[in-house]
Amino acid sequence: MLNYALRRIFMACLLALFVSFLTYALIFTAGDPAAAIAGSASTAADAENIRQIYGFDDPLIVQYLRWVGNVLQGDLGNSLYFRQPVSEIILSRFAVTAQVGIFALIFAMLIAVPLGVAAGRWPNSLIDRGALFIAVVGQAVPSFWFALLLIIVFSITFPILPSSGLGTWRHYVLPVLVLGYFSMPAIMRLTRSGMISALETDYIRTARAMGLSERRVLFDYALRNAALPLISLSSAQFGFMLAGSVVVESVFAIPGAGRLAWESIGRADLPTVQALVLCFSLFYVLLTLLADMLNAALDPRMRMK
Amino acid sequence: MLLNVQNLNVMIPTQGGPLHAVQDVSFSVSKGETLCIVGESGCGKSVTALSLLGLLPKSAKRSASRMTFDGQDMITMSDKQIRALRGNRLSMIFQEPMTALNPLHTLGRQLTDVYMAHRRGNREAARQRAVYLLERVGIAKAAERLGQYPHELSGGLRQRVVIAMALMCEPELIVADEPTTALDVTIQAELLRLLAELQKSMGLGMIMITHDLGLVSRIADRVVVMYAGQVIENALAKELFENPKHPYTRALLGSVPDPSHPRMQPLPSIPGTVPSLVQKMEGCHFRDRCAFASEECRVPIPLVGVGAEHVARCIKTGAQAPNARSTAP
Repeated sequence: MLNYALRRIFMACLLALFVSFLTYALIFTAGDPAAAIAGSASTAADAENIRQIYGFDDPLIVQYLRWVGNVLQGDLGNSLYFRQPVSEIILSRFAVTAQVGIFALIFAMLIAVPLGVAAGRWPNSLIDRGALFIAVVGQAVPSFWFALLLIIVFSITFPILPSSGLGTWRHYVLPVLVLGYFSMPAIMRLTRSGMISALETDYIRTARAMGLSERRVLFDYALRNAALPLISLSSAQFGFMLAGSVVVESVFAIPGAGRLAWESIGRADLPTVQALVLCFSLFYVLLTLLADMLNAALDPRMRMK
Repeated sequence: MLLNVQNLNVMIPTQGGPLHAVQDVSFSVSKGETLCIVGESGCGKSVTALSLLGLLPKSAKRSASRMTFDGQDMITMSDKQIRALRGNRLSMIFQEPMTALNPLHTLGRQLTDVYMAHRRGNREAARQRAVYLLERVGIAKAAERLGQYPHELSGGLRQRVVIAMALMCEPELIVADEPTTALDVTIQAELLRLLAELQKSMGLGMIMITHDLGLVSRIADRVVVMYAGQVIENALAKELFENPKHPYTRALLGSVPDPSHPRMQPLPSIPGTVPSLVQKMEGCHFRDRCAFASEECRVPIPLVGVGAEHVARCIKTGAQAPNARSTAP
């Protein structure tokens, strides 16, 4: 297990490094950062001047290594818009996004897993059809539209929940609903198909032939096996949620990293965008690593590899 | 009598229509007795086994005029009552050891789960029982094995674990569905010897489902021969091998490869193929492949007594000359 963990961690570090380079390079292809900093009223000479000050005239790889070196020392550069260190700005923003994301994932799993288990246990039953309906709607409805719909119903028609900002737990309800509903269908359908195939296996038949209780067969033997792909999917879904947070945070005016990213792109605030992309990708790599570890903890065959 | 089954019918709905997999099958097993159910693939022997434990697919329909285990009526039994029997007093060993065990739980966990499902005892008592049984089925270092996972064991060892699992609660009857088919020949022989030895020492009743007549001749007390969903012959083992009555049984016995058979000559076989059971057949199911078939075979044929405790589903058992190919061991 330790061997496996060390290998996965090493791979994750390599992946993180690769992703960071890719995102760094991609942002440079988006336009001339010097011109963006100089602004529209500047001359070519101003831009050239800025280029030299910021080191934009160095080869890309040199700039990248300089940036990585700074990042490793905790220096993510200064925001061009806020005029203060990026690290100070994004930490709290990122915490908000991660918090909403985690609540949303928990909400999604609380609904999706029991529904998926029931649908897999009784395929083509009423509950299976109902779950399918919910899944199709969830997959088809754009989250910004669903968010607006919820605001109209719960903030305007029946004003019981706030429509924007973050303060009390009530502020979290609508964003979590929107984000969670978005990732629920995939989790639910995978739980269902996983349960159906697990319940058809020989070892479930053995368990039944040995007189184990239906609860043990369903949750301990079948669901545990069905959960393996579910863990990987959930970590991927969490990644989608981070992307979805850009929309949801904009609609609900939540001071999160998603909204900051969207605004920073508009302001051409390069250091902030780079830092955010880095954080998002590192977080995603970390999640994948976590999912792998969890899978290995559940599946002895994984640990052998 | 431990298990008594009368007129068991199983119908499985399929795309092409209802499949009558088991038709009017009757047999019984006493304590300590070994009953072999013999037949080729698709004759309904596995479905018969599964229906005994109530493990048929949900869409399948089972009916019987009588089905008792130790006097208890299994037809009217609730799910909970049948579950209390399964693995406890009536156990089963399956064909595929490679997939019969849960890959995510240790062997110890799976063995003790069976014990805990039926006994009030604690985990420690269950663990001791598991260690004892693993040793009994010939697994060395049993206590260490409990912490291992199925993928760490070979097929032969896994099947030993499956056997130990079936014995966890000291059952009175074991249904073994081709328990050695998936294993190689040397291990087959070893496991069969083990099963026979365990059965004798524990006084188990056993229903052995198989197509291996050599195996039947070694372990069976009584043999039921099935063909296309029906019992076509039922006799004590000795009687069946010495005096087979049904043309199918005789052809089956004649198909056992004989080492003295001339090389490069085709082995004896039964011409034709097993009929589909989707349409209900009138008359003898073996008619199209039988050398003695005539117009009289087109009416439904009952099982008739042809000797002491010996019945066969054939109207020509008395009249015709014995099959020349018959080679009773």
